[in-house]
Amino acid sequence: MCSLCGVLGGNEHWTDAAARPGVFTRNHASFDRRRERAERVRAANEMLSGFGLVLSDWQGASFVLSTRTGRSEIIEDLGHLWPAAERLVGRYCDPLDLAFVARMEGRHVG
Amino acid sequence: MSVEASGFLPINLLTGFLGSGKTTLLKRILADPAFADTAVLINEFGEIGLDHDLVESVDGEMVLLRSGCVCCTVRDDLATALKELYSRRERGLLPPFRRVIIESTGLADPFPVLSTIKADPVLRHHFCAGNVITTVDTVNGLRQLDTYIESNRQVAVADRLIVTKADLEADSKGDSLRARLRTLNPDAPILTAADPNLDLSSLVAVQSDVSPSGSLSQSGFYCEEPVRLVSSDGVPHQAAISSISLSIDRPVDWTAFGLWLTMLLNRHGERVLRVKGILNLNGEERPVAVHGVQHLVHTPVHMDGWPSEDRSSRLVFILDGLDGALLKRSFEAFTLAHMPVVASCQIAAAR
Repeated sequence: MCSLCGVLGGNEHWTDAAARPGVFTRNHASFDRRRERAERVRAANEMLSGFGLVLSDWQGASFVLSTRTGRSEIIEDLGHLWPAAERLVGRYCDPLDLAFVARMEGRHVG
Repeated sequence: MSVEASGFLPINLLTGFLGSGKTTLLKRILADPAFADTAVLINEFGEIGLDHDLVESVDGEMVLLRSGCVCCTVRDDLATALKELYSRRERGLLPPFRRVIIESTGLADPFPVLSTIKADPVLRHHFCAGNVITTVDTVNGLRQLDTYIESNRQVAVADRLIVTKADLEADSKGDSLRARLRTLNPDAPILTAADPNLDLSSLVAVQSDVSPSGSLSQSGFYCEEPVRLVSSDGVPHQAAISSISLSIDRPVDWTAFGLWLTMLLNRHGERVLRVKGILNLNGEERPVAVHGVQHLVHTPVHMDGWPSEDRSSRLVFILDGLDGALLKRSFEAFTLAHMPVVASCQIAAAR
């Protein structure tokens, strides 16, 4: 049970289940684990920048999602990222939105 | 690791349209000694029409079948019934069943059952989602698929499709039905209830228990290419339900894929009826199989090896009203830097 929130059992999300070093490991390979989390944050921020949001790691246990004006939410895993992002920006985060797709395509050019 | 070895009890869901033969199939399963270690949940006990000489009473709500199956009615909600079932098993009040089958009479959409298992903090430590088995009636199946979206959704989320009443209709009608089923759900094996060689145990066999070489999928494990369905004037049907198959011949980044898919399911989960595939991941020798139904994505399976020489990632999406071409473009933009999806992208309209 989490001593902070009292939730029975840890929150598990399917995105955590990759066999790369540092994803499953909890008690060793701490550098790999940190590197993996840093990569997640980097990849997420590439998508989130279009919504004016920034994700940061919080003590290797959670993530903090923030707006440019400082509003923020703590999330446990990527499963909570997009609902929180929509709450913070007040609009949908839709990967099928044409403008958004075009912007993501543009990052690969040049 | 097999489901059995993992310690989780798989919950298989038996669904299908009204009159499609769910109960007949269930009775056949229950009479099979191979399913003796199965607990069965049904909505209303009376509906199964079990003969009295097949069962003996355990108490007011549960019965023990002659085959050894435990049968229980869903009186309140599913989570309560499953917890009670597990509690009795642990206390030795019921035989130590190894799987559960739920007949989903009255539940057009299997998703609530699957999400119940995943969302409940107690259940998810004891149970896991097994196969969705969908029965389709040869006599009425095509008409139901033309008429009812529920029927389409039941077929789309199936892991096993069982064609029933094939002996009552001409072969041509059966062939048409199979073609439709294959379009709606490119990957699920299509079995025939009337087949004397039908192996009932294959209905509940989980994918991770199947060796890559001994695949149940007609395509050789996961992701058969969908059939392109073209109308008489050569224009693809504008379909509510469609499938799209992606083949990517270079490694996929797991983090980017996870971010993209969680974003897609958060916004369109109810319209992504199914996603299933095998991925070649960056930095990973073995393939990873992913499988999701609407908002629910099962824990990815790290497979022992590749089913063939082909090392490309393959993904099948079954969509309800979403634009498959746009989804492909979005997948490329979010998960693949510089290199497009090269091998193939087929979009098959189903209705």
